[in-house]
Amino acid sequence: MSEQIAPRDVLGVTLIDLAQNDRDLIVLDADFHPASKLKPFKERFPERFIEVGIAEQNMMGVAAGLSTIGFKPFVCTVAAFCSRRACDQVMVSIALPRLNVKILGVYPGIFVGLNGATHQSLEDIAIMRALAHMTLLHPSDAWELQQVLKFATEFDQPMYVRVARDPVPRFIPEGYQFQLGRSFMLRQGDDVTLITYGELIGDTLDAAKLLESSGISARVIVMSSIKPIDEQAIIRAAEETRYIVTIDNHSVYGGVGSAVAEVVCEKSPAKVKRLGLRDRFGRSGSNEAMKKKFGLTAEDIAREVMDFCSR
Amino acid sequence: MSLSKLEMEQLEARANRIRIEIIKIMGRFGYGHIGGSLSIAEMMAVLYFHELKVDPKNPKFEDRDRFILSKGHACFAQYVALAELGFISKEVLRHPYEVDSPMQAHPELGEFPGIEMTTGALGQGLSAGVGMAIGAKLRQKGIRVYVLLGDGEMDEGQVWEAIMLASKYRLDNLVALVDYNHFTLSGAIEEVMPLDPLSDKFRAFGWHTMEVDGHSVSQLVSALEAAREIKGKPTAIIATTVKGRGFAPLENKYESHAANISREQAADALRALGCPEQEIQQALF
Repeated sequence: MSEQIAPRDVLGVTLIDLAQNDRDLIVLDADFHPASKLKPFKERFPERFIEVGIAEQNMMGVAAGLSTIGFKPFVCTVAAFCSRRACDQVMVSIALPRLNVKILGVYPGIFVGLNGATHQSLEDIAIMRALAHMTLLHPSDAWELQQVLKFATEFDQPMYVRVARDPVPRFIPEGYQFQLGRSFMLRQGDDVTLITYGELIGDTLDAAKLLESSGISARVIVMSSIKPIDEQAIIRAAEETRYIVTIDNHSVYGGVGSAVAEVVCEKSPAKVKRLGLRDRFGRSGSNEAMKKKFGLTAEDIAREVMDFCSR
Repeated sequence: MSLSKLEMEQLEARANRIRIEIIKIMGRFGYGHIGGSLSIAEMMAVLYFHELKVDPKNPKFEDRDRFILSKGHACFAQYVALAELGFISKEVLRHPYEVDSPMQAHPELGEFPGIEMTTGALGQGLSAGVGMAIGAKLRQKGIRVYVLLGDGEMDEGQVWEAIMLASKYRLDNLVALVDYNHFTLSGAIEEVMPLDPLSDKFRAFGWHTMEVDGHSVSQLVSALEAAREIKGKPTAIIATTVKGRGFAPLENKYESHAANISREQAADALRALGCPEQEIQQALF
């Protein structure tokens, strides 16, 4: 197994690197920096680390105000609280005036340690995707996150970035450079296209291998840029592989599966199957136990794909 | 530096002019958030024509003071003040609520020159003001930040989150004014959600407080001047006002919050404010 790094583990050090050459970069925390790994930033730049306490709604407005003075605020807390809790503040104070605020949602989807349903964000993609002016990214791994954070400092618009909690191997190819609105392909295939992002890339690749042994050739596309989404890659998949299966670390309602289905329906009709959580909330449990519970293991994905492709 | 009698009278005339223009716009349109717009006329006059360091010719100059109307529904008072100052052509005031007009129902940053923050969903403006005040301190600029809140929006928990944070960061460059007109959309503050003792609450949260008559330009001028001398803490000015002040049919009534207004009612109100008859006829009929 190659080296594994938790994306959140590189947050603090990457932001320190960026802040050294950018006096406008400022970080806001809502009592979560030991878990979001921003302690090194707090220690290195105490004056540029604003601790607002457990007050996510206020944090969004304070960040908006800072951005109007010329700062580049990065607010960071649990994805569920960035989105569900502070939804109206994100809309009114950040998205509507198009302010340069970067929202880092750590613990996205079901992978929230042992914290369970209240802390899981099965809705954040749906919420942020529906907001006009909002860009939405879920970097694949620690390496892509570093590229995304650099990009964020140069991109003068509201942005929401999901930052995974737990270690994952490097998924981005050698020489890869993140581009807004561009996906990347991790595996060629002609029968079915599997579209995923972030924590479930490994399981999806394993599912593709299982499918190969059953004679199904599966393409794997990673959709780190969720909004704007890579329409061309989706249309190509719809034209070339007949079937598309999406694997979401999110509710199937409004997640990447919905975004893919929207493109397919409007541009190039094909059969789409969405995997993810379907009209239910999460549970606390180990990541492996949750994947089993919610049908997101490699075996579950492969079985669903085989069933879908035989229809 | 206290103001001369003449300067005070000029500010009173400014407030009267703001009231007249609000009633002209809403009377012609037939509707508006009239109560909370009229209650802040003196505050708009004193802030924009005396206190704030702003420049209509260079509205984005870096070291300008910042004003946020957190009770965004009263923005017609702000639009009028900004147009009177020359931030935008007065012709724009003839196009309220129009889909392509900058004169939207609630103020939007980037839409109307001089608007510093998008507001309207209540309870959010002070947070942005706290961010601006923190930013101004970090930049070591002499920028001062003013946020005008409605009394009803003090019900929002986010306001108190911002009040705590302002105190934590010792934001003596921040002033919150509360338009204490005692009515919300649906009724009297005392019935909907009592706020008293409001000053005590601010003080308990570490703020300096002052209570003024929000229709007295001299009291507002003095309070704002005194706020500059307060070091190490933010200042709250609780300004008692009359909702709908200057529009007799709805004065001190919650129904003034957002109301239909007939041209005849508007004309009567304008006459009472000393608006010339010819101007009334031109504006309304």
